[in-house]
Amino acid sequence: MDWQGQKRVEQLMQILLVISGVVAVVVGYTTESFRTMMLIYAGGVVLTTLVTVPNWPFYNLHPLKWLDPSEAEKHPKPQVVVAPKKKFSKK
Amino acid sequence: MHSFGYRANALLTFAVTILAFICAIASFSDNFSNQTPSAQIQILNINWFQKQPHGNDEVSLTLNITADLQSLFTWNTKQVFAFVAAEYETSKNALNQVSLWDAIIPEKEHAKFWIQISNKYRFIDQGHNLRGKDFNLTLHWHVMPKTGKMFADKIVMSGYRLPNTYR
Repeated sequence: MDWQGQKRVEQLMQILLVISGVVAVVVGYTTESFRTMMLIYAGGVVLTTLVTVPNWPFYNLHPLKWLDPSEAEKHPKPQVVVAPKKKFSKK
Repeated sequence: MHSFGYRANALLTFAVTILAFICAIASFSDNFSNQTPSAQIQILNINWFQKQPHGNDEVSLTLNITADLQSLFTWNTKQVFAFVAAEYETSKNALNQVSLWDAIIPEKEHAKFWIQISNKYRFIDQGHNLRGKDFNLTLHWHVMPKTGKMFADKIVMSGYRLPNTYR
């Protein structure tokens, strides 16, 4: 999954779960049925799982552009120069 | 969110957190229910009233209990536990409570009832203070929820009196 896809997945997951929760409480309270509330919420969790957990193609619409190997050789990674450490001796 | 396992874990933990919120809201909604229970208890007969070998008084009663506890049931109620206690004062204890009968009411339909029985549990005093004793019969109930806070309340019925001599 690419970066854009991951962001979408996180937002979708949170929104879908919160909406499932809200709808479940409202419907359960108005129908005076605890069972209905739990069933609606369970259904919402299953739906969210199906939408957000598998790696669907629409989460891969902005793939990362890796450099070609030959391009990478022309621009080598900069080397970090380590300065020699001074040793202090106690008098 | 970079892997299947990561997303599955995130979803599971968030879903359980929201479930906890849902249950808290369901429990909180119980505060808005309008509860109007009613009850009456009659003592039909005092079957016997004796002093036990160890010196404690014991009395056996036939009770007629009428109650309507239907308004206590909400959408978040699993069952209602109701019990009748005899309450009285002695020189040794400021309050004595002796449970005489109890029942578990699992559904609203069973909550309006009329029952005539002798006491389910023995009415035994700590001592021999029951002759001529005035006592209250209190119907207590505990509304046990499916999730959340349990509510308990009672109706006190006074004016009952035991005879002055053993029978």
